Amino acid sequence: MEHFAVWVAAFLTLGIVSFLYKDNPWYKLSEAIFVGISAGYWFVVLFWDNIYGKFWNGIFPEELIDSAGNVVTREPDYWLLVGAVLGTLMLLRLIPKIGWISRWPLAFIIGCTSGLYLINYFSSNMMRQVEATIMPLVGHWVLDPATSQNAFSAFSGADIFSNLVLVIGTFTGLVYFYFSKEHRGAFGGTAKVGIFFIMITFGASFGYTVMSRMSLLIGRADFLLFDWLGLVR
Amino acid sequence: MDNIGVIISLILILGGLVTLLIRSLQAREVDRRIIFLFIFLAVAAPILFPMTFKEKATQVVKSVFDKIENLPEGSTVLLSFDFDPAMAPEVQPMANAISRHCFEKGHKIIFMSLWATGQALLSHSLSEFILPGFPEKENLVDYVSIGYKAGNEGVLNVIITDIQKMFPTDVNSVPLDSIPIFDNIESCKDLDFIMSIGGGKPGPKEWVLFVGDPGDVPVGVGVAAVVAPQMYPYYPGQIVGILGGVKGAAEYESELIRVHPRFAEMDTPGLRMMGPQTLAHVVIMAFIVIGNVVFFRGRRREKKE
Repeated sequence: MEHFAVWVAAFLTLGIVSFLYKDNPWYKLSEAIFVGISAGYWFVVLFWDNIYGKFWNGIFPEELIDSAGNVVTREPDYWLLVGAVLGTLMLLRLIPKIGWISRWPLAFIIGCTSGLYLINYFSSNMMRQVEATIMPLVGHWVLDPATSQNAFSAFSGADIFSNLVLVIGTFTGLVYFYFSKEHRGAFGGTAKVGIFFIMITFGASFGYTVMSRMSLLIGRADFLLFDWLGLVR
Repeated sequence: MDNIGVIISLILILGGLVTLLIRSLQAREVDRRIIFLFIFLAVAAPILFPMTFKEKATQVVKSVFDKIENLPEGSTVLLSFDFDPAMAPEVQPMANAISRHCFEKGHKIIFMSLWATGQALLSHSLSEFILPGFPEKENLVDYVSIGYKAGNEGVLNVIITDIQKMFPTDVNSVPLDSIPIFDNIESCKDLDFIMSIGGGKPGPKEWVLFVGDPGDVPVGVGVAAVVAPQMYPYYPGQIVGILGGVKGAAEYESELIRVHPRFAEMDTPGLRMMGPQTLAHVVIMAFIVIGNVVFFRGRRREKKE
């Protein structure tokens, strides 16, 4: 059975890769199988996890056996019915006459998600990032436990350089994205420095992307050469 | 024998690249399939005739290693497998290496996943790669898998205050309150370290935003390389360290072998994949150089005319 699975996987892998030569029925078949199986997998997982695992088991809890072998009973959680009703209302979109009701659960989801994200994003992606950019350049004061007094601790040359790159890169990058003033003179020069930093970022990003895609190719090549063709590693 | 294979492969690739350069300079079109073939050769040759490179852990990877290494024995670490089979070749090696490291140091591990596909990979990883190296480790005592729960960031928003509310049982339906690992663990705030391994959404970034920052819990991330640049702004203030792609995994494996030599006997896919990775990068860089040479030569000729 395992051999059969390996052959199917190899057949589908080669089918997908065959697109590099040109579009063909083998590729189309592999693609259709992938899409169909993905949809089916997600449907089954979400059904057993959400509808059965969370909702059904929450309303009608099963008896559980704990690690000591004792039978444990749980109280039903009727709050889950609220979610079930909202979920059902969402399906009313399928009936055009009363489809407008589906906007209520949608509004609930958008409201909850916005509330959930707003604070966390503002705190982590804004305030903490600003905090991380405002940094001492040459050293900082630290509490000396021996004397219980603050003592100045100087950074190494590499740390100073690193901090300078961070501060200059952030500042010039922000200047580049300030479009209310024409990019001329000193302002334009600063923006140009910002472009260099942005280009370096794009370059690093491209390099990482190449590495990522290569890893996937290596994974498949490894599978085809060793698992399928059976070459000795 | 291996060296002969490597040399023949390198000569083939180098010869091919020179031919391509000459063809390009003669303004003859190069079919894109030829380029694909070169990339395949560059990847396949070092797989068949292994090329190994010495890796040294950079600070960003070493920070994660040191964090796990220096936690007191018996600390509780949460490992979240937030990835799917498509991402697995990149992040599975780091997931295996970190799990082994945690077990070696005597930490208790809680495994979970924010991706439905992660649970299957987690079970496979545990039974095939991690547990065979640690036959003495006991389920529910040394480790537990609480599996996958749908809800994305919502799951994190709940477990930051109450893990059992979202995960009443482990994957085998054993109630969490009867599992010894959870004796002193009520929420994520009680964990000593969290490691999220993935690259999509929800994933490492959400762990930082919804658990690490609000709960002041140390979070480390292992990500697919394509996501790594997005994680760097959080380092070192908001995350302990980053393992970026196969390179990050290889660095972690090399550090693990350096500090705990017994792991040299185990499979190290991260280190193994660095050979094809390096050669493929060299070939791509060669293509960029060829493209630029041809471009600038053509422009100079146009100017002359």
